[in-house]
Amino acid sequence: MIRKLFLPALIVIAALVILGKLFYLQILDDSYIKKSENNAIKIVYDYPERGYIYDRNNKLLVANQPSYDIMVVPRDLKNIDTLEFCKLLAISKEDYIKKIEKAKVYSPRLPSVFLPQLNKAEYAAFQEKIRKFEGFYIQKRSLRDYQVNVGANVFGYITQVNENIITKNPYYKSGDLIGMQGVEQTYEEILRGIKGVKYRQRDRFNKDIGSYKEGIYDTIAVQGSDITLTLDIELQKYGEELMKNKRGGIVALEPATGEILALVTAPSYDPAMLVGRERSKNYTKLYYDTIAKPLYDRGLLAEYPPGSPFKILTGLIGLQEGVINQNSTFYCGHGFYYGRGAFMKCHDNGPIQLHRAIYKSCNTYFANTFKLIIDKYGPKKGVNTWSDHLKSFGLGNFMGYDLPPGRKGHIPNSEYYDRWYPNGGWRSTTIISNSIGQGEVLMTPIQLANMMAAVANRGHYYTPHMIKKIKDHTIDTKFTTKHQTTIDKQHFEPMIAGLKDVYNIGTAAGAKTPGIEIAGKTGTAENFMKIGGKRVQLTDHSVFVAFAPADNPKIALAVFVENGYWGTRYGAPIATLMIEKYIRKDTIYRQDLENRILNATLEQEYAKPYSGQPFTINR
Amino acid sequence: MKNQSVISNIDWITILIYMCLVVMGWMNIYSASLPVEETSFFDISQTYGRQILFIILTIPLIFILLSVDAKIFEKYAVIFYGLGILSLMGLFVLGKTIKGQTNWYQFGGFGMQPSEFVKTTTALFLAKVVSDSQMNLSNFRSQIIALAILGFPILLIMMQPDAGSALIFIAIVFVLFREGLPGWYLWTGFISIALFILSLIVEPVFLTIFTLIVMLIHYFFNRSIKRNPVVYAVIFVAITGFIFSVDYVYENVLEPHQKDRINVLIGEDIDMQKEGYNLNQSMIAIGSGGWLGKGYLEGTQTKGGFVPEQHTDYIFTTVGEEWGFAGSATVITLFVILFLRIIYLAENQKTKFSRIYGYCVATYLFIHFFVNITMLIKLFPTIGVPLPFFSYGGSSLWAFTILLFIFLKLDANKVNEW
Repeated sequence: MIRKLFLPALIVIAALVILGKLFYLQILDDSYIKKSENNAIKIVYDYPERGYIYDRNNKLLVANQPSYDIMVVPRDLKNIDTLEFCKLLAISKEDYIKKIEKAKVYSPRLPSVFLPQLNKAEYAAFQEKIRKFEGFYIQKRSLRDYQVNVGANVFGYITQVNENIITKNPYYKSGDLIGMQGVEQTYEEILRGIKGVKYRQRDRFNKDIGSYKEGIYDTIAVQGSDITLTLDIELQKYGEELMKNKRGGIVALEPATGEILALVTAPSYDPAMLVGRERSKNYTKLYYDTIAKPLYDRGLLAEYPPGSPFKILTGLIGLQEGVINQNSTFYCGHGFYYGRGAFMKCHDNGPIQLHRAIYKSCNTYFANTFKLIIDKYGPKKGVNTWSDHLKSFGLGNFMGYDLPPGRKGHIPNSEYYDRWYPNGGWRSTTIISNSIGQGEVLMTPIQLANMMAAVANRGHYYTPHMIKKIKDHTIDTKFTTKHQTTIDKQHFEPMIAGLKDVYNIGTAAGAKTPGIEIAGKTGTAENFMKIGGKRVQLTDHSVFVAFAPADNPKIALAVFVENGYWGTRYGAPIATLMIEKYIRKDTIYRQDLENRILNATLEQEYAKPYSGQPFTINR
Repeated sequence: MKNQSVISNIDWITILIYMCLVVMGWMNIYSASLPVEETSFFDISQTYGRQILFIILTIPLIFILLSVDAKIFEKYAVIFYGLGILSLMGLFVLGKTIKGQTNWYQFGGFGMQPSEFVKTTTALFLAKVVSDSQMNLSNFRSQIIALAILGFPILLIMMQPDAGSALIFIAIVFVLFREGLPGWYLWTGFISIALFILSLIVEPVFLTIFTLIVMLIHYFFNRSIKRNPVVYAVIFVAITGFIFSVDYVYENVLEPHQKDRINVLIGEDIDMQKEGYNLNQSMIAIGSGGWLGKGYLEGTQTKGGFVPEQHTDYIFTTVGEEWGFAGSATVITLFVILFLRIIYLAENQKTKFSRIYGYCVATYLFIHFFVNITMLIKLFPTIGVPLPFFSYGGSSLWAFTILLFIFLKLDANKVNEW
């Protein structure tokens, strides 16, 4: 019996074992599906050309240029005459071996970039002989081609995606390009378009044998859209020239729209430095310059106590809260006693009213006003009321502009002081420095400029933005939504009258230009640096805010020059020149100012803290 | 009216399955040979075109086999066997050497592998000899005769050398077991194979200790048979010797490519671009099939030609990839039904000769099927044997057809037996 059943039993058992194994391979283990796709399906991407960037006057700023990468598939390498190959591309044999090894580590089967971004001559020479180098091929890509050598901080740059980006956003594959910083980052998806995907089937020799499933999974590339910026490139260029050999920033806005006309940071760099084969070398150089910080956009990122320009807000809040009016008078005796032994110095003297307090920048007047605002409600509610007014100007928070977010700045409220003084006991006089823009208040230059835009508009502003037009798209409605401040319109006129006289008879009288009435305010910002673990005060930053023409504002701006000392010395002349440039276009009346600023250098000032020698400040 | 009786008595179930397998085989060969559009199915410059020709030519072949007198297969079995042996010997003079193996005759465009036909002639002669009333496989003399008939062609085939085909012949031991060969032949075979593989994976010392423990348990707990300690000792020494000689055999007797095939199976360090390539690609093709497969003519592994020899020995990978688990299970089920049907028919034969021959047919087909499919899915070392009725090739298709239809003729003729 067992002899009869032996073979049939063996057959059935064998069949069951085979079916079991097949079930495991085909149903339970899905790794083979992936392996088969890796084997036989090649995904070919069709990269659309990146959108162009134009300025507000339709001047082309950023275009594209073709570039050629030499790609290698290590598995396909066959009988390469390395000597000839290396000579052709001017690389060493060690370099060649290193690059091939690196490519093998990435994948022996998938293409890696062997040598990126050949120039046209190299491309032509290599193309002629490519047949001899089996395993190498040329991938055409498109690189940025900058038509101007300014505005690097506005544009941002293009780089290859890193692992981090690839895992976060599955759209990007190794070797893809992505915009970083500036509008390239903000408008990445609009500029880049959508790459087309073609699934190609290939055989074991890696030869293309037609489309996979008749192309049902293929997609067509969507062209990137061109964008038009609000930037006035001539103004930008002029601003960067004026800031040469200085550190700092200029932010210029069109008050009526919130459009950013210029966003200057100094020192900056030529955007073309971050294109092509030198990109990574140059980037490293810029990145490690931790002293001048050329990659640091001071217009958006630098947070400082705003100094005197903040008095504009103190005055406006005083008027709105009714604690002062145009005729309120405070007596200034070269300063303000706010406690026993606590004195805030002032250069002015005598009975002061709002108008004079502005153009003379009287500390006493605004300290009194601030005290009245806070004391009107008692410290807690008083500070919060004050804080809410400030926040209505977009301060103390990200503004929501279309560039990398920058910094919030800081506007303290009662909670903040409760944390600092947990046992209570803080009063208006404890925090009196805020009245004149020192103390705990921090603002960025773009916030300062936006504040001036709101003043110029007599009480409202639009979120600053860099985008003017997107081809075939509309721009975000948040840039066309009016933001009303909590200050009523009628309170602005007395304030603006004072700001006009800053130029006529006040702190910026020397920077006046005929024919354009400018409303402005000087300021200085104290700043400190740690040297050898000690907090050392450096020369004040020169700050200036302005808008013009005062009664029909076309431009509002904030200028700050690091360690430039008085607002009058650097801030005011630069503001005047920028205004002239924007309003008069090519004619600059104040040639004297232009010459002085263009030739001025603060490099000696910047070298002081690093000299190791004792040094003097504010000279 | 002889033909009529054949038609009415022939086993149509077997023929139906045979036809199914041949047609499915052709469909997969068509897919695997990457058909170019707008060529005829009959284009004999293409493998699928030639296979159609081979299939058509089986029709007269079957016709002849069913027409001849059933008696001649038994009567002239010794002559067929002799011709088979001669054809194997002739290879050493006239054969064509491919990749170190001399197992083909080349006639013009077509090749012929004699070992495929020798399977049939050996089965016929063995059936004739073993069915003799003088033979009793429980005695030593009969065992020697039967094993010699089987062993002679095996020896010649090993000299080609073609270990794969030789292995197929060894499976006939299953038939002899059915006819009374003592069970220890099978046990020895099974245990040798198991020990061989185990000693490549496990340290010989551990394996020896393990064997000792198993044998001691057997000795002390198995009281139903006579226990001779000397027999146990001899067996233990033999096994120990075998275990320790495996390494030597592995290192010095096996050819490098045979070592590779064993390494690939037991997963020793393998290069997926070299010795591991075939198995890896075959597993990918089958494994990526899923439940229902990628669809006929849609297999990416198949279209890309990643699996080598896909229309011959690796034809089942196309089934796995394009028809998925459902298709694979169907094909396997068809084969199993075929084998069981043949065994069922064999058991119902009136003559011992027909029964033994039928068993040989079932065993040959099964062992081909088993070795062919298990080598694709990493259950067995790679041995190049075709999948019966499925794989491309005229000589193998005809050989299997002859093998099967001789049995069907014998079966149809059983009413005339007494």
